[in-house]
Amino acid sequence: MKFKLEIWRQFETGEEGHFETFEVDGIDPEASFLEMLDQLNERLTGEKRRTVAFDSDCREGICGSCSLVIDDTPHGPRQVTSCQTYMRDFEDGSTIRVEPFRSTSFPVIRDLVTDRGALDRVIQAGGYTGATTGPQPEPNSMPVAPEVQERAMDAAICIGCGACVAACPNGSAMLFTGAKVTHLNLLPQGQPERANRAIAMVDQMDQEGFGGCTNFGECSRVCPQEISLDVIGMLNREYRRGRLGKRPKDPPAMRAQ
Amino acid sequence: MIPVADFWNSTVGKKTVVAVTGTILVGYLILHMVGNLNSLFGPGGAEPRVDWYSGWLREIAEPLFPYAGVLWLARVILLGSIVIHITGVLQLNSRNRAARPSRYPARRIGRSWESGTMLVSGLLVLAFIIFHILQFTTLSITVTPLEHGAVYFNLYNAFQEWYFVVIYLAALVLVGIHLRHGIWSLVQTLGLDSPARNRGIRYGATALTLVIVIGFALVPVLFWTGVLGAPETEAAIASLAGGTA
Ligand code: HEM
Ligand code: FES
Repeated sequence: MKFKLEIWRQFETGEEGHFETFEVDGIDPEASFLEMLDQLNERLTGEKRRTVAFDSDCREGICGSCSLVIDDTPHGPRQVTSCQTYMRDFEDGSTIRVEPFRSTSFPVIRDLVTDRGALDRVIQAGGYTGATTGPQPEPNSMPVAPEVQERAMDAAICIGCGACVAACPNGSAMLFTGAKVTHLNLLPQGQPERANRAIAMVDQMDQEGFGGCTNFGECSRVCPQEISLDVIGMLNREYRRGRLGKRPKDPPAMRAQ
Repeated sequence: MIPVADFWNSTVGKKTVVAVTGTILVGYLILHMVGNLNSLFGPGGAEPRVDWYSGWLREIAEPLFPYAGVLWLARVILLGSIVIHITGVLQLNSRNRAARPSRYPARRIGRSWESGTMLVSGLLVLAFIIFHILQFTTLSITVTPLEHGAVYFNLYNAFQEWYFVVIYLAALVLVGIHLRHGIWSLVQTLGLDSPARNRGIRYGATALTLVIVIGFALVPVLFWTGVLGAPETEAAIASLAGGTA
């Protein structure tokens, strides 16, 4: 296959960026988007030109490193990570626009690479548990109802890629933070820090300059893990309860089978 | 003590306040709409039902409260709610704009257009609220005859003019646009939703919006189409005769 690529070039943070056009040819339809960029970079190396910088690690959709905005959509057209986006999903001969995830809180480091450290600092503020690791507890000593476990795991699958921030017209990180709070606040291990977790994480989120939620729901539409907007409702609830000094509601108890 | 400043300064806290004031305003809209439906009892001879209702509003809880005391209390709460609602919204809006490099990304995915136009619909509703108070509360828009305490008479006269009917219906459409997103949004903001209930909440918000809009729309439409007839009080007849002579 053959494509025309308009790629965002920016040498370093703060520099004014621009789009540069490249042509690629002989692309296997089964190549992933990142493999297509690899091919371009090999050619650029051969021509002694500066390669296009982009982030990737696992290339199997679980690490959350890859972060391209493809044709104005974070990650690309299929609601999967950029590394899981395949060239067969694009029309042969078409022009594809590639940009970094953008938000005031995600400064561009180079080309398509952004610094998403702001999300790490939100995690540091409250996205942890103090439970000791070590031998597994006896399972029946701390039962978790299946519905609770399901909700917690549906949130826990967040890979922290930041596509939600890139998609949000407000540059808000509420889906990310909501997923972390839902995951940890529902499970027994997360209970000791629960009262303060949402407050600490929201405060950090605000300090990092992320915007607020206006319930547009665009974050959820691009999330490769299909995290539901429900986690934002949960975050709002946990934050309010924490601030008003109310004891958090216990997750529903285990019912006898 | 609740650290009020911390709450108000966080995006989530401020949004919660926007939602609570929004809820107060929606609650008021429902009461106002139901109250207006008193007009549907028609001119009713000596005293139209809606005139009686208007008087009653001023006498609630007398002598515990002074004349029109509860009415003024409600007005203060509503004014406060609107001011806080708009202040919160504008502050959030400027934060949100700062969090996002301009004009990016171009493609919007799956948000409803109501949600994207909340600021516009809200500000137009505000403009209408001011016009509406000038017309029927302070009786300052004297294009059509207006009399103190003669609610039915005032409504009847105003809604004989097509342009007033159009203004009121247009404002109701805007309120509907604002509330279709707003009512669902407030449930989400207050975190009252749950995965199992979410679809219901979406439909419920649309349904409540429709009830409010249609309930309000009945009054101008029924006056305009002549279903609700001319006022029959003596003063009204005299005034109308004077007006046409
Ligand atoms: C009759 C008067 C009004 C009612 C009943 C009303 C109701 C509501 C409700 C229920 C919400 C959702 C609250 C939330 O989830 O946070 C809301 C949000 C909002 N309102 Fe109003 N409102 C009114 C007037 C106004 C006015 C005059 C403005 C003018 C600026 C305005 C602008 C907004 C905006 C921008 C939002 C935020 C929307 C979002 O988060 O996407 N509203 N309103
Ligand atoms: S590279 Fe790990 S998710 Fe794409």
